Amino acid sequence: MKIADVTQETCAAISSNKIRSGLTILGIIIGISSVIAMVAIGQGAQSSVQSSIESIGSNLIIVRPGAQRGPGFQVSSGRGSARTLTQADADAIMQEVSLAKAVAPEFSGRYQVTSKGKNTNTSITGATASYPGVKNIEIDHGSFISDQNILGLSKVAVLGPTARDDLFGEGAEDMVGQAIRINGMEFKVIGITVAKGGTGFGSQDDMIYIPLTSAQKFLAGENYVTTINVQAESSDSMSEIQQQITDLLLARHNITDAANPDFNIMNQADILATASSVTETFTILLAAIAGISLVVGGIGIMNMMLTTVTERTREIGLRKAIGAKRLDISLQFLIEAIALTFIGGAIGIVLGWAVAFGVEYFGFTQTKVTTASVLLAFGVSAAIGIVFGYYPARRAANLNPIEALRYE
Amino acid sequence: MIEIQNVTKTYYTGDVESQVLKGISFTIKNGEFVAIMGPSGSGKSTLMHILGALDTPTSGAYSLDGQDVSKLSEDELADIRKNKIGFVFQSFNLLPRTTVLRNVMLPLVYAGIEGEERKQKAETALQAAGLDKDHFGHFSNQLSGGQVQRVAIARALVNNPALILADEPTGNLDTKTGEIVLATFQKLNAEQGRTIILITHENEVAEHADRIIYIRDGVILSDTKTHAKRTIK
Repeated sequence: MKIADVTQETCAAISSNKIRSGLTILGIIIGISSVIAMVAIGQGAQSSVQSSIESIGSNLIIVRPGAQRGPGFQVSSGRGSARTLTQADADAIMQEVSLAKAVAPEFSGRYQVTSKGKNTNTSITGATASYPGVKNIEIDHGSFISDQNILGLSKVAVLGPTARDDLFGEGAEDMVGQAIRINGMEFKVIGITVAKGGTGFGSQDDMIYIPLTSAQKFLAGENYVTTINVQAESSDSMSEIQQQITDLLLARHNITDAANPDFNIMNQADILATASSVTETFTILLAAIAGISLVVGGIGIMNMMLTTVTERTREIGLRKAIGAKRLDISLQFLIEAIALTFIGGAIGIVLGWAVAFGVEYFGFTQTKVTTASVLLAFGVSAAIGIVFGYYPARRAANLNPIEALRYE
Repeated sequence: MIEIQNVTKTYYTGDVESQVLKGISFTIKNGEFVAIMGPSGSGKSTLMHILGALDTPTSGAYSLDGQDVSKLSEDELADIRKNKIGFVFQSFNLLPRTTVLRNVMLPLVYAGIEGEERKQKAETALQAAGLDKDHFGHFSNQLSGGQVQRVAIARALVNNPALILADEPTGNLDTKTGEIVLATFQKLNAEQGRTIILITHENEVAEHADRIIYIRDGVILSDTKTHAKRTIK
């Protein structure tokens, strides 16, 4: 049998019972489109988490005090330092760790902030002049904290756009020169940062930056830092620099037991890997749930093909009588099953794409339809046609022509 | 030339064995029009299945057109049916929702004949079977019983088989259309020299053939020449 003949037979067979073929195809459409949409949602979440992690800086290493000796936990730590991380630690990292491109120590905490008639509780970050470079922060209006501000313990503040909206109302643009009160002390606004958007890793827009020294003196009352952000030269040197910082801080804090340090070092790549593995699992979970509907659709194909074979028993008998071989018969039914899944697969891909687009368009979550997922869906639909069409096709091919011709 | 020698067929249902054909031998020359007659249960259907290469005998030899057909595999039998045998069934067995022309072309699809040649052969066969050209594009459910059976005859003819096997071809037709169908067979036999075997249980139908082989209980009772009732005008 030639391809043109097989195609004609298949079209005739599928169109001879349109409702049944349509419903069977619908099963595959639902299966394939849900796989496409779910994988798109999963991968969208993955890339949004990734970009929000990447937005906090590039090649970043974050040094935090050890959990057992965190701020507010009044235990004496290593000899010579009241808190585990200090400005001196940051300076030492900058001087002694050659691979460190920039170091930005910070002190952060949540405080009540008021302006004229409004107030909010937000995250106050005591930062240095190197902070915007390390953490990928850009200035929209005014300027960021300068070294003079640090030395002079200036009461100046740089607002994130969300914090600005909270304090001055939506639509307030350039608020440079206005005054806000943090913890009862008046600070002058000298800059507004560019909105970064992104959620999931703590919005960097709802943030107020003040000079580190001012934060230590006026808010903490002590000379320690809550985080030291270190930017590495390149992503290749991440683990090396991490080791150098560890060695340096262990030495500075006089700790001999490397397994029990009073600080934690997190590497951005590790955070990214962890988050990626979480979202990957999430994607696989979604795809697996959608895959179940695909299997159900495949069973629908098999059901229809078995019914068709039974209904067309006499036709199969006739075809055999006029010389059709087993292969001719089995190919005819197999191709019919594959055609059903292929039609369903093609429509399903378009529908899944549309669903993914709709989910993003209406702002539920970011989605991402990849070529790989489309190819996978197409392959899976073809495979389902073969797997679920094989048994009915074999059954048709195995019919005895004499009995098939007599079948009522 | 069809030669069968001492053909037997035994069916086994569980432990019970029943011998349906008990040693049948005959020779049919090319161009003969033979009726195989017998009451139901005589074994004539089983004999037809063997003659039609739908089944193989338990023992004995069957040679069709010089080829031994008695010990072939399923696919080899399909090849024999495709190239050497044309079937006409009692219940017509045309494909529904398919045009007359497409129905007749179906054997050529499996025989690998394509395009214009396929169409021409089908049209020639339909004309030989006596169907009007107007009906070629019709669906089989738009035709009368006699027309349907002539389409089926055309389908049997189309690949130029060595043997046409007609199994109770008039069984589902009234007497008048039955006569027309039988006349078609006679015409094909007389004008084209087709070898035709007609299986029937009706005397009147069998009398249209030149020779009647009568079977009962799996053996041949008689094998006689007739003075065929020619209905060709």
